[in-house]
Amino acid sequence: MSTHPTQERETVVNPARNPAPGPASATEQPPLYVDFGRPTWIWRRLGTALRVDRRTALVCGVLTAAVLVLGVLTLGTGSISLTPAQVLTALTDPGSDRRARLVVMDWRLPRLLFALVCGAALAISGALFQSLTKNPLGSPDIIGFSSGSYAGASVVMLLLGTANYLAIATGSLIGGAATALVVYLLAYRHGLHPFRLIIVGIAVGAGLSSLTSMLLLSVSPQQAMLAATWAAGSLSGLGFEQLGPTIAVFLVLLICSTATVRPLTQLELGDDAAVALGVRANRARLAGTVVGVALTALVTAAVGPIAFVALAAPQIAQRLTRSSTTLRIVPAALTGALVLVAADFAAQRVELPVGVVTVCVGGAYLAWLLARQYATRR
Amino acid sequence: MPPKTDQPGPNRPPKAGAVSEPAQTTGPNRAATTVTDQPTAPTAAVLRPAPLEIRDATFGYARRPVSEHLDLRIPEGSFTAIIGPNACGKSTLLRAVARLLAPTAGQVLLDGRSIAEYRSKEVARRLGLLPQTSLAPDGISVAELVSRGRYPHQKITRQWTSDDERAVAEAMAATSVTELSGRLVDELSGGQRQRVWVAMVLAQQTPLLLLDEPTTFLDIAHQIELLELFTDLHRSGHTLVAVLHDLNHAARYATHLVAMRDGRVIAEGPPAEVMTADLVHEVFELPCRVVPDPETGTPMVVPLARRRDTP
Repeated sequence: MSTHPTQERETVVNPARNPAPGPASATEQPPLYVDFGRPTWIWRRLGTALRVDRRTALVCGVLTAAVLVLGVLTLGTGSISLTPAQVLTALTDPGSDRRARLVVMDWRLPRLLFALVCGAALAISGALFQSLTKNPLGSPDIIGFSSGSYAGASVVMLLLGTANYLAIATGSLIGGAATALVVYLLAYRHGLHPFRLIIVGIAVGAGLSSLTSMLLLSVSPQQAMLAATWAAGSLSGLGFEQLGPTIAVFLVLLICSTATVRPLTQLELGDDAAVALGVRANRARLAGTVVGVALTALVTAAVGPIAFVALAAPQIAQRLTRSSTTLRIVPAALTGALVLVAADFAAQRVELPVGVVTVCVGGAYLAWLLARQYATRR
Repeated sequence: MPPKTDQPGPNRPPKAGAVSEPAQTTGPNRAATTVTDQPTAPTAAVLRPAPLEIRDATFGYARRPVSEHLDLRIPEGSFTAIIGPNACGKSTLLRAVARLLAPTAGQVLLDGRSIAEYRSKEVARRLGLLPQTSLAPDGISVAELVSRGRYPHQKITRQWTSDDERAVAEAMAATSVTELSGRLVDELSGGQRQRVWVAMVLAQQTPLLLLDEPTTFLDIAHQIELLELFTDLHRSGHTLVAVLHDLNHAARYATHLVAMRDGRVIAEGPPAEVMTADLVHEVFELPCRVVPDPETGTPMVVPLARRRDTP
């Protein structure tokens, strides 16, 4: 089981090309290496054995670099402009200019970190649901789970009249989970058909949105304004006090989502094949749904509903890595983080809430996606 | 005597037609030799007998039982073919054995223990299934799909050990898809795709293989090619259970036949004993003659021509 002839790092690029395909003979061993048709790195060390696609690794590296660069730019942008050098000094040197440090560390860094975490969380949630529904449209913002989280948070904010972060987060989680349950129950008929789930989800989401609007109309204008600003999805006005719990919960959910990846990817082969390979299908689906809903609720509670990142990020990541599945946590999360940081950067320039920017860009993407799906189905 | 060789007599090497087929898709003779010779040595050592038994089991869909009080024992080391008309419960039987469907009464025994008591991955290390309908995700490569068969042997930190790599390489060699390794599954022909799925199940390295109508949707040449492959797997030590539609294929390739109708087993045993005109009439309501297959001597079903009155 753990016998390793070579306890060292093996790097094999296009391995099956190397051993010459010798002539047929009774003693010939079958080739020991597997050619995946694309360069692959194999890591077998310290009791672990992993296979990393080179393109995926490179894409992840580039995405990380892009996030970092854009992050530094974002930290320098605002009413007080700072050069990237000033930003880096303020970040790394505690004894530097106190004004720059206040602006970067206390005012802008929490906002940037929120954008990173929320983008990553939304993207992972989208990747989970797109894998579960085997459809790029099956993301939480389309199938009503975001609306559910938003409705739950609105009820807490407007009817209970509290702005307590934990209370809002709880309301958002309950709203999202209840919506998921209702959508699943309504869509369930001899199994869960992805397309029916999406249609039912859209309908339930629309219903919940109008309920929330009704709620907004029934309260005082001041309260409604507050809720409406939040509902546009904004990263401004967030500080370290909300950041701590958000990051902690995100890390827990990140670990949980990593554990669901392998069974859910197997389910993409169809239930029969997956079950025959030892996947407990319903358990895996339940785990994926719970983690996905929790990730959406986490973001909604913190910054309000931000549309289309969950829809677009896993798809962009899949195209960049040319992967066979949308459920690749690391590239999806990095893409989501980059998309939200970029949207926030743009939002600050035009002084709009970030949610408005993602809706504008994402709407165009959704139209394209629908047109393309319709074209390929015929 | 030249005229004699022209006749399709028993002297003709029986494998000639079947062996030349894979050469079209993959390399030259190499493919054929790999199929027949390679799997025996490496895989046989891994295999352990895994007897399969169904005891007084009732199963079906949505409270409508397809089979009631069914008893069946799959002989160890056999190539068992299940035959019967549509909706006779043969696929349901296979699904119950593969745990895709839980029996409402009775039990399925694997190695003498109820299959429900095993952990899911433990069953998946003893019993593999080639499902009737399978979905290859868009853009998945052949090697990637075959590697998915390693799931029951993997852990989150150990996803690609040298054992995994060897099993996948051997499975692809045994099914002659090594040359297609880096290609996308979407681009392959139906016959190639089915061989890739067989490779995925082989990579699972289970002594027992369940095949649910494996030859449906394939043309005759690819059907025979696949059945020859199954025969090789059977010879290398696997126990095979296949639902087959073609009676003549079942009689020629299987070592054990199970004939079902209305959820019941009507007859079972070696093809030469089971496959009679009476049985075919009883099971399929098809009047026929059973003659020896000119190639192999196994029973061959020839439906009777219907007499039509000319006006």
